[in-house]
Amino acid sequence: MMTDHKPGVDEATGTSFVGHEWDGIQELDTPLPRWWVYIFAATVVFAAGYVVAYPAAPDTDGLTGWSSHRQLAETLTAEAAARAPRLNAIAATPIEQLPANPALMRSAIEGGRAAFKVNCVQCHGAGAAGSKGYPNLNDDDWLWGGDIASIHTTISKGVRNPDVDDTRFSQMPAFADILSKGQIQQLVSHVRAISGQGKPSPAGAALFAENCASCHGPDGKGMREQGAPNLTDGIWLYGGDRATLTETIAKARYGVMPHWAGRLDPVTIKMLAAYVHSLGGGEANPPPPPIATAGGANVGP
Amino acid sequence: MPATLAKSGGLLVAMVIALMAMAQAQDSGFAIHMAIMALAALIAAGVVIATGSTGEAPARDESRYDDAPVRWGVIATTFWGVVGLLAGLFIALQLAWPVLNFGFEYTTFGRLRPLHTSAVIFAFGGNALICTSFFVVQRTCRARLAFPSLARFVFWGYQLFIVLAATGYVMGITEGREYAEPEWYVDLWLTIVWVAYLIVFGGTIIKRREPHIYVANWFYLAFIITVAMLHLVNNLSLPVSWVGSKSYSAFAGVQDALTQWWYGHNAVGFFLTAGFLAMMYYFVPKQAERPVYSYRLSIIHFWSLIFLYIWAGPHHLHYTALPDWAQSLGMVFSVMLWMPSWGGMINGLMTLNGAWEKIRTDPIIRMMVLALAFYGMSTFEGPMMSIKSVNSLSHYTDWTIGHVHSGALGWNGMITFACMYYLAPRLWHRQRLYSLRLINAHFWLATAGIVFYTASMWVAGLTQGLMWREYGADGYLVNSFAETIAAIHPMYLLRAFGGLLYLSGALIFAFNIAMTIAGRLRQEAAMTETPYYPAADRPLPMPGSLQPAE
Repeated sequence: MMTDHKPGVDEATGTSFVGHEWDGIQELDTPLPRWWVYIFAATVVFAAGYVVAYPAAPDTDGLTGWSSHRQLAETLTAEAAARAPRLNAIAATPIEQLPANPALMRSAIEGGRAAFKVNCVQCHGAGAAGSKGYPNLNDDDWLWGGDIASIHTTISKGVRNPDVDDTRFSQMPAFADILSKGQIQQLVSHVRAISGQGKPSPAGAALFAENCASCHGPDGKGMREQGAPNLTDGIWLYGGDRATLTETIAKARYGVMPHWAGRLDPVTIKMLAAYVHSLGGGEANPPPPPIATAGGANVGP
Repeated sequence: MPATLAKSGGLLVAMVIALMAMAQAQDSGFAIHMAIMALAALIAAGVVIATGSTGEAPARDESRYDDAPVRWGVIATTFWGVVGLLAGLFIALQLAWPVLNFGFEYTTFGRLRPLHTSAVIFAFGGNALICTSFFVVQRTCRARLAFPSLARFVFWGYQLFIVLAATGYVMGITEGREYAEPEWYVDLWLTIVWVAYLIVFGGTIIKRREPHIYVANWFYLAFIITVAMLHLVNNLSLPVSWVGSKSYSAFAGVQDALTQWWYGHNAVGFFLTAGFLAMMYYFVPKQAERPVYSYRLSIIHFWSLIFLYIWAGPHHLHYTALPDWAQSLGMVFSVMLWMPSWGGMINGLMTLNGAWEKIRTDPIIRMMVLALAFYGMSTFEGPMMSIKSVNSLSHYTDWTIGHVHSGALGWNGMITFACMYYLAPRLWHRQRLYSLRLINAHFWLATAGIVFYTASMWVAGLTQGLMWREYGADGYLVNSFAETIAAIHPMYLLRAFGGLLYLSGALIFAFNIAMTIAGRLRQEAAMTETPYYPAADRPLPMPGSLQPAE
């Protein structure tokens, strides 16, 4: 073998060669860099200290007693304790009276904002602006009422929810089975006229009075008791163009919302109602119902 | 002749078995894969018969190195590199504009992402490792490659593995294990190829004509043996049917997760670190024409790296169902890994001692230095991110993606390009590369691309991490997930732009390699010319003194 030879010295660095050579590659006999050795030793010392201080063998604790389960439990307990007074106060306050207590209302809005981002943004959007088929919650156009109690009811019981008896429920007929295509087009023209998008259609107006006014009102301004939308305000759940209106009238719509009483705790639902109410379109509480007379004949289910 | 007959007969039997499996297949993906297998066996049989019937295979000249598989490997590395980077750019654009999923199952992000990762790691990186290892082991052992037919099987068998893996992902065939997505039968095939690889490599070392084994070969051997072990254990699974693609892991729950990340982390450690350090240990001293900085450091950092890396996997499972004690061990082994990793960087960079001017004059050296610098950065960043308090911020964010790409684009990519630039003119006996100036263009495009990529992902990762954990005064989380996505959208655009730059560099690389293979030389000015201004080369006259007569 010609490749093992007496180690010489590398001219450029003054370091001697180890003495082996492979395909022209030689190796220098440079000692380990001191800083490298010290840092390596320091990491080993750190590791040794760490495994003493923290758990490093099955079913044992380190000297610190730390465990991720304990840390999580402590964090959650502390958070829960910090929130408890506010949550208890919200729980004890009837929903209608929440807006009257600004500090409590602000706290409820913050909690509702967080819950909204987890549970509601999927349909209503991160900014609560909704999208086709999902109502915008920032405006003052409410299908089922915009006072805080009505919003609370809608969130609790959902919309057209098959699992809840007293869910928000309305159902528009599919007029394709009732009216001819021409009549539907006349209705579309009328709806576009009352929403300020087209010329009046006397035939459409007649059809509207006959078929639609019972729910949407004679002037098309909607009826919250029926969950019937206002057709004159230019705010559309599905769209106000001819094609969409034709589809809506011909096939009807049947949007569904979950009933959150089955999923979230009562305080969270209250906070969600407060948050949605605060978004811009929240309405004042309706006047309290007249005090029942002694007979109470008109009161009851 | 009998050997030819036996070989081609065996291949035809394999083809018939594949066709029978295809006919019995439980799912269309498996059927397509068996058809590909049958086609591969048929082609192989055809090649065996054609070469066998034209007389004897060319005589083995033991006084020459066997470089044909290396040449194929350079071409494969170049091809798969472009494919993998193109896939990467496309999925980066999908993240920025989800409409690019096209609403078509075959083109969704979920299927194209493993296509990208496997193409760059296993197709680009794997071919680079295999071909450079065949090149290096012959030269540093001063021996011709052992088992030449097996070496050819390794190359083509590995390409078949890549095709099966890639087509499988697009068809939805996956084990869902990161970097180990191929299903059981593709895993078995890779096992066969890998054992053949070990035999060829180990056989060449055994027949070496040098007394000692060069450090690059230690690293190659560590890479080959450890990857075999990782691959076998992590892919232990039971097929639902022997003629169907689906299988279930032998492990369950957190044990399965730990096995997977033991594998996943060491795929980085032994495939992308040890293997590529092997490349570094040969090609950097060769290109610099300088001795390796420190033999002692190479020994110490080799053994410490090998010993420590294998335990670091649990840091991928911080704050999960993995028991705390396993997380602690994963973290401390990762922290201790810092200096052993840096040993390779020191040995690479300091090999330039006495030749530092080459960074200015030699674009290949410049590429190697950049690779080593990124290797150093990402092997510092990795241990740092394994610290639990850092990890609680960085985990699941794009910071991880930035970290991986500073290593992958900076270290693995650049060292591979540099080695291919070194190899191409030597393997095809060209005077030089087609163009050195194009290497320079490649270098700057790639460098700018990496900077855009990693910087944008750091910003995106920190933004995500901080937004996810942001609590308001009332103790509620401030941001919804969608808001964090909206916040990092600009970073996704910058990342895709960085990827575009890096891909552009790789296209220039592919062009340069192709022209070199074609034997073309670009007429171009030399890379460096230090200008000389004779008029300025004189002392300033003293004030008030007489002007010299002109």
